[in-house]
Amino acid sequence: MAPQDSSTTVAAPTDLAPGFAGIAEDWSSDQRTFKNVPWGKAMMWIFLLSDTFIFSSFLVGYMKVRLSTTTPWPKASEVFALSFGGEPIPLILIAIMTFILITSSGTMVLAVNYGYRKDKNKTALLLIITALLGASFVGMQAFEWTKLIVEEGVRPWGNPMGASQFGSVFFMITGFHGFHVSVGVLFLILVARKVWRGDYDTEKRGFFTSRKGNYEIVETMGLYWHFVDLVWVFIFAFFYLW
Amino acid sequence: MSNGMLEETQVVPLAEIEEVDLYHAHHWITKYVFSQDAKIIAIQYSATAILIGLVGLVLSWLMRLQLGFPEVFDFIDAESYYQYVTMHGMIMVIYLLTALFLGGFGNYLIPLMVGARDMVFPYMNMLSYWVYLIAVLVLTASFFVPGGASGAGWTLYPPQAISEGTPGIDGGIILMLVSLVLFIIGFTMGGLNYVVTVLQARARGMTLMRMPLTVWGIFVATILALLAFPALFVAGVMMLLDRVLGTSFFMPEMIVQGEMTSHENGSPLLFQHLFWFFGHPEVYIVALPAFGVVSDIISTHARKNIFGYRMMVWAIVAIGGLSFIVWAHHMYVSGMNPYFGFFFATTTLIIAVPTALKMYNWVLTLWKGNIHLTIPMLFCVAFILTFLNGGITGLFLGNVIVDIPLSDTMFVVAHFHMVMGIAPVLVIFAAIYHWFPKMSGRMLHEGWGQFHFWITFLGSYLIYFPMHYLGFIGVPRRYFEIGETSFIPPSAATLNEFITVVVLIVGFAQVVFIANIIISIFKGKPAGDNPWNATSLEWQTATTPPGHGNFGDELPVVYRWAYAYSVPGVEADFVPQNMPPDEVKRTDTATGAVADDPPELHQ
Repeated sequence: MAPQDSSTTVAAPTDLAPGFAGIAEDWSSDQRTFKNVPWGKAMMWIFLLSDTFIFSSFLVGYMKVRLSTTTPWPKASEVFALSFGGEPIPLILIAIMTFILITSSGTMVLAVNYGYRKDKNKTALLLIITALLGASFVGMQAFEWTKLIVEEGVRPWGNPMGASQFGSVFFMITGFHGFHVSVGVLFLILVARKVWRGDYDTEKRGFFTSRKGNYEIVETMGLYWHFVDLVWVFIFAFFYLW
Repeated sequence: MSNGMLEETQVVPLAEIEEVDLYHAHHWITKYVFSQDAKIIAIQYSATAILIGLVGLVLSWLMRLQLGFPEVFDFIDAESYYQYVTMHGMIMVIYLLTALFLGGFGNYLIPLMVGARDMVFPYMNMLSYWVYLIAVLVLTASFFVPGGASGAGWTLYPPQAISEGTPGIDGGIILMLVSLVLFIIGFTMGGLNYVVTVLQARARGMTLMRMPLTVWGIFVATILALLAFPALFVAGVMMLLDRVLGTSFFMPEMIVQGEMTSHENGSPLLFQHLFWFFGHPEVYIVALPAFGVVSDIISTHARKNIFGYRMMVWAIVAIGGLSFIVWAHHMYVSGMNPYFGFFFATTTLIIAVPTALKMYNWVLTLWKGNIHLTIPMLFCVAFILTFLNGGITGLFLGNVIVDIPLSDTMFVVAHFHMVMGIAPVLVIFAAIYHWFPKMSGRMLHEGWGQFHFWITFLGSYLIYFPMHYLGFIGVPRRYFEIGETSFIPPSAATLNEFITVVVLIVGFAQVVFIANIIISIFKGKPAGDNPWNATSLEWQTATTPPGHGNFGDELPVVYRWAYAYSVPGVEADFVPQNMPPDEVKRTDTATGAVADDPPELHQ
């Protein structure tokens, strides 16, 4: 595009009014409702809101089938126990998985922090660590699924312990969450590679989008990752503690 | 007017958003096929939606042939009749109306009306269309698999939808559910774009409260869709698992054809809740863009500002919010707790308040306006009447005690076709007649437009008014044939024949419309940049149709709302949104003196 006249230089609104007055001012302003929020970040927030409704619907569906079935629901503490030396420890695997996922949120925060400082090596390293933690979470989930399917005989359509919906909702909801984590891992690796290569320092254009890349994507990625963690906390509470 | 306000409005805020490079297509494939330009995507969306909509139209003819002349057509048996009903409903509600209003008009109008170069993420916008196209193809494929398309009724209620004996149980229902899931994925990619573009990519001076109501309608409808489609997504996934893997989310223990099914203890009611948590907002996903478009068109063609703009905006927002807490009024006879019925009847009737407010404001906009009875205007007036009709029968059905005897009768069919079939389709026609000159640079033929309008408008009343009566005397919906029933008089059959004949006539009138579009693209009267003398930004583009990047070298700057029509003291009867105040020609002073400007100029 041809350059516009001098009055159209980009102004960064730094003196935003605080509190409710500020919110009202932003919403009644022109151009942007959320000042200083890049498009990608705004989009991710709205996507996550929509995704929240998907997970909420899944969890509400789970509660409904659990309440309406007349067959007893299997005991989570027994089904999800792992034996070490003959002694079953309830929820030990899930505790480790949760710990790992929460830890990965921590490394993600650090990655975002170094991304803001445009420290490409540290950002890339932390993104890779986050991806590895996420991948190990998915790996342990695969282990858990295998154990349930092979050893305990749990199937989506039935199981020896009680209500058939136990397996259905378990595989469906943890599967859907695991899919989210896997997609996250994939994109973490892609973003890490671009950070490492310096794409965001040179503002290299995206292959498909031909848009200039920048470090904002690290924060957007972070929003997604924390969301996936937060959802896990709810799934954890509703599946393993109820 | 105090000078304080003038000084405020004359200051043009600095641009906060850096110009983003657009994707420059060099090959015709990236220009017209895999295009990232919202306008091309809009036309692709619209064309696909209209094509699949024509399939839905033909299905309705086949249905009506059976209802009007039972036992005459050998090729329509009970199975195929149910398949027509199901596919007609699903195609019209989701693949035509939702896709056309949001994917079609949303893509075309949002960037142009808010003064943006394009959607914020053009690449994702392109993907949105292609996923939608795949969803449409998967849906269409279900006609051709063994067993044919699903015949479960468009609501797909379990356990019947996936039980033996329902048509399409082999492949049709699976393809239907996969197609719905794909549609939702595709829509989400587009919907995120629409919302972020409205929130974060407006032109300088374009505040939310200066946006045309069309953008408000599409914006709020998109938010509804982003929050409502998840419930359908979940219901679709669960039913798919029930069908394919044999889980029992929705399937209770049943004996089918003398044998116990493998399902146990599922909750069919859960599906209904999930489905209608999507299904009711869906009504407003279709209605809100229609509300917005109607407001803009009647304001433009009556040369008068919309009455109560702020009220109109808040009514859209209020209707959008309320639409999430009324869903179980579709379920009064489902066996849910009757106390729920009380709650949902109350919320349903409350929705009538903001909706009535909009009706009054449209009528008050027309009041003493300089009304031009152009084709878009005719369709909009027809919409106001039709929506009023459908809305009032909605009040009947919203009350539990009236709904229970009317449930599953033709009255319900007449009601929802009036309110979310005919009414939004009339607006789609209005919008196409109104914006076609911008999309193609040529006008649609006026005479054929008149013909199309009168046949469609009068015809739809001849179809649906008698149908209310059929419902009152107890003719049930979804019956392949009524046969001889003691409480239904033989005149019902005559009335059914009459309706069928009108349906065919109205259906063929749409051929005239399609022909009008195709011929006008090549031979229509040149339209110029602004044939309706409208104020909003899409009519102020440098070229018609607007080029890549919408606005040429410089993005527009907005000085006022979109409804500066017949402003007192101004020479022209409209002032474009982007005309600087000192360029507006006054009747009293030759120069641009703005000291005594009417407030309408700076709204």
